[in-house]
Amino acid sequence: MITFENVSKWYGDFQVLKDCTTSVARNEVVVVCGPSGSGKSTLIKCANALEPYQAGKIEVDGIDFGDPKTDLPKLRARIGMVFQSFELFPHLSVVDNIAIAQVKVLERDATDARDRALALLDRVGLKEHAEKFPAQLSGGQQQRVAIARGLAMDPVAMLFDEPTSALDPEMINEVLDVMVELAQEGMTMMVVTHEMGFARKVADRVIFMDEGQIIEDAAKDDFFGSPRSDRAQSFLSKILSH
Amino acid sequence: MEGFDFSVIGDNLPFLWKGMQMTLLLTALAMSGGIIIGTLLALARLSSFKPLSMASAAYVNFFRSLPLILVIFWFYFLVPLVVGRPVGGFYSVLVAFTLFEAAYYSEIIRAGISSVRSGQAAAAKALGMTYTQTMRYIVLPQAFRAMIPILLTQAIILFQDTSLVYVVGLHDFLVSAEIVANRDQRLVEMYSFVAIVYLVLCFTASIGVRSLQRKVQK
Repeated sequence: MITFENVSKWYGDFQVLKDCTTSVARNEVVVVCGPSGSGKSTLIKCANALEPYQAGKIEVDGIDFGDPKTDLPKLRARIGMVFQSFELFPHLSVVDNIAIAQVKVLERDATDARDRALALLDRVGLKEHAEKFPAQLSGGQQQRVAIARGLAMDPVAMLFDEPTSALDPEMINEVLDVMVELAQEGMTMMVVTHEMGFARKVADRVIFMDEGQIIEDAAKDDFFGSPRSDRAQSFLSKILSH
Repeated sequence: MEGFDFSVIGDNLPFLWKGMQMTLLLTALAMSGGIIIGTLLALARLSSFKPLSMASAAYVNFFRSLPLILVIFWFYFLVPLVVGRPVGGFYSVLVAFTLFEAAYYSEIIRAGISSVRSGQAAAAKALGMTYTQTMRYIVLPQAFRAMIPILLTQAIILFQDTSLVYVVGLHDFLVSAEIVANRDQRLVEMYSFVAIVYLVLCFTASIGVRSLQRKVQK
């Protein structure tokens, strides 16, 4: 579904991604973890071309991002993305946040888009908040709306960039619950997160990154059982000890 | 010296109102045109395509270095040369005001666009929106909301500046009052009246802007 082939990226002289090769298969859930500054968020942003990369190849559903003929907006519309800081549109009501791209990008009828938005809000448990504005919701609620907004586009895959890192601890689970449910329904997901409980529960594979490199790319049980690299081991021991 | 006779104001109200309509019309048209062109200039200035952003910067710096009255003169003589026929004072000052204001509006709008978090544009793009859709539906509505008070402050300045049209012989509010003042020899009364009208209008407007500002900042 998503393949990275020898992807490298530089900010000026600084190389943020070094020769990254991996893939996410259909219906697979891949968790990407690693210390901050390891390039994991950059990698996931490359997966819908929000960040340009200078070398290598990224394909989604067989379509090459690097091909100048690729209609980037159209391709992005097929991949849902959830950001660390939610990024709901503050000038639009909750239901309009979910409806606007359906109407403007997918050219759905406004009533259909709204019905669909309400159904998705119901699914993430926020139907009664449909007419509120994002600022009136808690962080956890906002992030659930953001997930609904991504799902409304009927994406072939969902990308999550540290979806719970900006949340107060008591709100993390309400967001993770929605994500677990999605994973169990077979959604193809690539998730940058430090929530190892989530990884254990639903991930098929875990990728560990450090200094722009993919150090470890293993099936979940192998990763948690016995990570091969020292760096992954020490990262895991740090992150699991609290 | 004779006493003051303020009845001259009442007697000439319809004539003065006509002048005020010209002032308001010019302000409204130059403001709308200035905001539209100013938005395009701001987007050009923020473009990653260098020649476009440089052209926009050159435009803005050029107009901001000129006194408004020079721009008015310039277009009064230049526009007829370009069009090939006289266009009259109204259209030439309208063009001059619009292009001049656009330079100032573009700086305000550029700051407004820059104040919208970059994650907003990223989120819009991630949903498949094109650049135009991202700007139109997501970034600009937020930018304008934050900018409304400053845009209105600029409109108040423009409202006062429209009095410069007297140099091309247009009958705005000030010129109409001047005509009455000279004809009826009531200079003090008329000029006092003009001052009070400008004062009341601009002062009320700026109080309105301030309360709006408080609302926006909430």
